[in-house]
Amino acid sequence: MARAVSRNTKIGYTIAAWIVALIIFFPILYTIITSLKTEQEAIAGFDLIPSFSLSSYETVQSQNNYWRPFTNSVILAVGSTLLALIVAIPAAWAMAFSPTRRTKDILMWMLSTKMMPAVAVLVPIYLIFLRTGLMDTRIGLVMILMLMNLPIVVWMLYTYFREIPGEILEAARMDGATLKDEILYVLTPMAVPGIASTLLLNIILAWNEAFWTIQLTTTNAAPLSAFIASFSSPQGLFWAKLSAASTMAIAPILILGWFSQKQLVRGLTFGAVK
Amino acid sequence: MATRQTASLARLMRAPAIILLLIWMLVPLGMTLYYSFLNYNLLNPANTSWAGWFNYQYFYSDPAFFESIWNTLVLVLGVLLITVCGGIGIAMLIDKPIFGQGLVRILVISPFFVMPPVAALIWKNMIMHPSYGVFADIAKFFGANPVDWFAQFPLLSIILIVAWQWLPFATLILLTSLQSLDGEQMEAAEMDGAPALSRFIYLTLPHMARAITVVILIQTIFLLGIYAEILVTTNGGPGFASTNLTYLIYRAARLNFDIGGAAAGGIIAVILANFVAIFLMRAVGKNLD
Repeated sequence: MARAVSRNTKIGYTIAAWIVALIIFFPILYTIITSLKTEQEAIAGFDLIPSFSLSSYETVQSQNNYWRPFTNSVILAVGSTLLALIVAIPAAWAMAFSPTRRTKDILMWMLSTKMMPAVAVLVPIYLIFLRTGLMDTRIGLVMILMLMNLPIVVWMLYTYFREIPGEILEAARMDGATLKDEILYVLTPMAVPGIASTLLLNIILAWNEAFWTIQLTTTNAAPLSAFIASFSSPQGLFWAKLSAASTMAIAPILILGWFSQKQLVRGLTFGAVK
Repeated sequence: MATRQTASLARLMRAPAIILLLIWMLVPLGMTLYYSFLNYNLLNPANTSWAGWFNYQYFYSDPAFFESIWNTLVLVLGVLLITVCGGIGIAMLIDKPIFGQGLVRILVISPFFVMPPVAALIWKNMIMHPSYGVFADIAKFFGANPVDWFAQFPLLSIILIVAWQWLPFATLILLTSLQSLDGEQMEAAEMDGAPALSRFIYLTLPHMARAITVVILIQTIFLLGIYAEILVTTNGGPGFASTNLTYLIYRAARLNFDIGGAAAGGIIAVILANFVAIFLMRAVGKNLD
């Protein structure tokens, strides 16, 4: 029920909220602004109006071969997510539609694997990668990222699938639907939104992963997170260049993220807050 | 309805996920446990021998170990304090009737989608840099001396960066919880003359308690593993002033090539994370029924 609020109060809240929002967003905004400056402007002191020079973007692409890490990021994020979905959809499906006494325990156990600190298995994973030649390969990282996010994917899908009412299935069966009809015409259309939001959230998580990507790559398979981390020890003027590289690295995921706010809550709290 | 056929089909559908996760958990963790009892250095692999508890004793007697445990705690608690208090405040503000609510929401949650190395480098160079950062510009504007954040307050600087990254998460979850608060109950309290503070303490806070618990527990899991932010800003220094347990283990493994020591540290990290995990599992488990 919307409560009547005086116009002045509303304007007061609006101003306060916008100030807070702009302060929080400021580092991102300032990075985008700086990326449009020349290097001289970038270090010339605080200024919110750039000269809209695109030279930094050109430099990053020509000097640092930006497209390789970008391609790697896309392949790693999308590849690991699709792989996780292939494994997780049947599992979540089975647990949602034919639960057993142990289903809850299995789900809790899967969640517990997510609690394992990555650094605890750094030594064995690193050594395995060194010895099997997986170091600095995309396929190795795709596997690691897939395993890392698999518990979240199963959980999210499970909470979505559970919301599909069983009565609909029964009704379809009464009307003489075969198992194939059931899956194709009844369940799939209802499951697609859940699968889509799981996909979206997982791509964001995989794109932003920055522990394994830094540990297990050098150049060939390095995605943007590892590429940007290599900017930590720069030479010479580089503020605008760093900003351009950063803007390009976060822009795609920022936009995806804006579309998936609601799913974010659900996915990251394992359904505990809806 | 669950015939034997569908039951076995279900088992077959569950199997790949379970087997993969089982391997992912047991094999590396088992190897870590095994390595933690070895004298094993990658610079001198021929001299590998059984070490017994030596790695644990060594880790335990290293002053950097306690410093890193302390830093881990300060980092986690500092970020939690900022994000939970800030999150409650911002969530309540956004929940009010305001113009452009959707856009405000988008601006506020944006930092969460910025990958850790980018977030840390933006703050390091654009905001906190002692000569070119915005903080320095502000200080100069007021005629004060700019602060060299990463040299003078390394841990605090990292806390600020990480808090900026996680504030959106706390805000978003607390906002979700706030939006399910019963408006009529609130109105009744208001009509009965309950002041704003009592309404907050007796209605809003208890309603958000569960969401706050979830925020604290989930963030703790992630905050224990903070790594990239330290790598690109302070490199754990000066000395060990901003080294957390994750970073200490990384140093042992990757910079000192001390496989045994890093493995022992890894086991300690697992034990630490387990304390938190047990509470989180209970909170989530309750919701499953």
